[in-house]
Amino acid sequence: MNARFVRVAETGRKTFPVTIDGVVCEAAEGDTLMVALLTTVSALRDSEFGDGRRAGFCLMGACQDCWVWTTGGERLRACSTPAAPGMSIVTRLTEGEGIWPRG
Amino acid sequence: MAARVIVIGAGPAGVRAAQALAGAGLRPTVIDEGRRDGGQIYRRQPEGFSRTYDALYGTEAARAASVHATFDALRSRIDYLPETLVWNISPGMVHLVSGTRYHALKFDALIVCSGATDRLMPVKGWQHAGTYTLGGAQVALKSQGCAVGARTVMMGTGPLLYLVAAQYVKAGAQVCAVLDTSTALQRLRALPALLSIPASLWKGLALMRVLRRAKVPIHRGVRPVEIKGTPQGGVTGVAVKLQDGAMFERACDAVALGYHLRPETQLADLAGCEFHFDEASQQWLPHTDEDGRSSVKGVYLAGDGARVRGADAAERSGRLAALAAMRDAGMAVEGIDTLRAELQRFTRFAAGLRTAFPWPAGLAASVPDDTLVCRCEAITAGELRRVVREAGAREANRAKAFSRVGMGRCQGRYCGHAGAEIIAAAACVPLSAVGRLRGQAPVKPLPMALVEDTCK
Repeated sequence: MNARFVRVAETGRKTFPVTIDGVVCEAAEGDTLMVALLTTVSALRDSEFGDGRRAGFCLMGACQDCWVWTTGGERLRACSTPAAPGMSIVTRLTEGEGIWPRG
Repeated sequence: MAARVIVIGAGPAGVRAAQALAGAGLRPTVIDEGRRDGGQIYRRQPEGFSRTYDALYGTEAARAASVHATFDALRSRIDYLPETLVWNISPGMVHLVSGTRYHALKFDALIVCSGATDRLMPVKGWQHAGTYTLGGAQVALKSQGCAVGARTVMMGTGPLLYLVAAQYVKAGAQVCAVLDTSTALQRLRALPALLSIPASLWKGLALMRVLRRAKVPIHRGVRPVEIKGTPQGGVTGVAVKLQDGAMFERACDAVALGYHLRPETQLADLAGCEFHFDEASQQWLPHTDEDGRSSVKGVYLAGDGARVRGADAAERSGRLAALAAMRDAGMAVEGIDTLRAELQRFTRFAAGLRTAFPWPAGLAASVPDDTLVCRCEAITAGELRRVVREAGAREANRAKAFSRVGMGRCQGRYCGHAGAEIIAAAACVPLSAVGRLRGQAPVKPLPMALVEDTCK
């Protein structure tokens, strides 16, 4: 797993576990869900239009690019949702799921 | 004056509007989407973070501290609804959602301080993971202590291009290049207007020194060609054509893009405000008078959400709109003339910035057919041109209906301006004739299961 974001400040914070695609990873107190994910992996989701991975765009709740799925089937806007202990996020569509137009 | 005054937004404009209202003995309701006040420019870091105001806001530290302290002191005299989205406005009423709770509030006066986002121009490959807006790259650093990549290229134009690059350098992040579409000559032409606020001009020059000291390559007059990358791995590099025609490529894993700012005008639109085409900035803006009165009685617009003039101007236009609302309600107010005079300087400076860092009008028309215009739904420039050519869609909303450009997740925030230029060029009509995408409620996604909150 390659991280996308690089922590350059506020690095001494306490950490807690979150699960990304079944793998337990560390997030830091005060992280948004987006930062918790992208400091461990390189993308947040698959485009529903078949053009690849997406990792957010505006970070201020305007573009809606960063909505992710929880394993429980809930959707969260990663840039404006604080990461919380025990969160479990799925960044990949299962095969045949969700790509538009559907064959 | 009836007590029902609502301020939307808790950035510099909203905070100063609320301060003026509370100072006159009113109790405004301040509604803000953020978890904390400050807006985007003076965004506060999460509780428990330790960087100082100087580290976070640089030369604007004192202003940020003042806006935050003002808001902290107002808290007992206002009704503050953070993490609350205004998703629609009907006559005399704002419709709110917070989490899964829905309710509506009536107003006699509404001051909309909805702020701005980056203005974007499509470039081949901008859908690749690792492409961010300049504002987004700044939010990552300011509010989360992160760089958006290990090696970042900043591309576009505008003051934010140099500000974010310098902030990344100061934070120890690697900036591989600053690629500016505007030219040195354009900057020179803007000098007389920029001298209307000399302090801001010097701050801009100081940013350039930071970048030069760090030996960050800066190229002006570039023409963006491609953000290179793969669908699975994301960004791997950037290619531009330099002013002398040579190709310039740089490997990187992140690109921050932006061409100045565009106001968030959906709420003004839903409130029924009239818009006009602003030739200077080549975009549709809600009409206001000098003090922020819109065309709708009782609705006032302030800050960068009405017209982009920057945070210092936003503080003043927020206060001025509140004074205008109180004057319209028959209250005695003071200070309007001073604020108007100060704002004229900012208006002149903003015009200078537009001359120095112009929106690259014309670039959209030459975007190749295979470039995505709509990164939400992967719709190409070629498809948009096809609906203009074959379906005769020469108007923005019609072209949206046929092509879906502007219908995706961002609701046209990031494709709308360039899309309109592509339509205009394909239809051989002036940009103003293409019109603008109508604001639609909800302005952002709502949860499927909403519960009406009857306690409010």
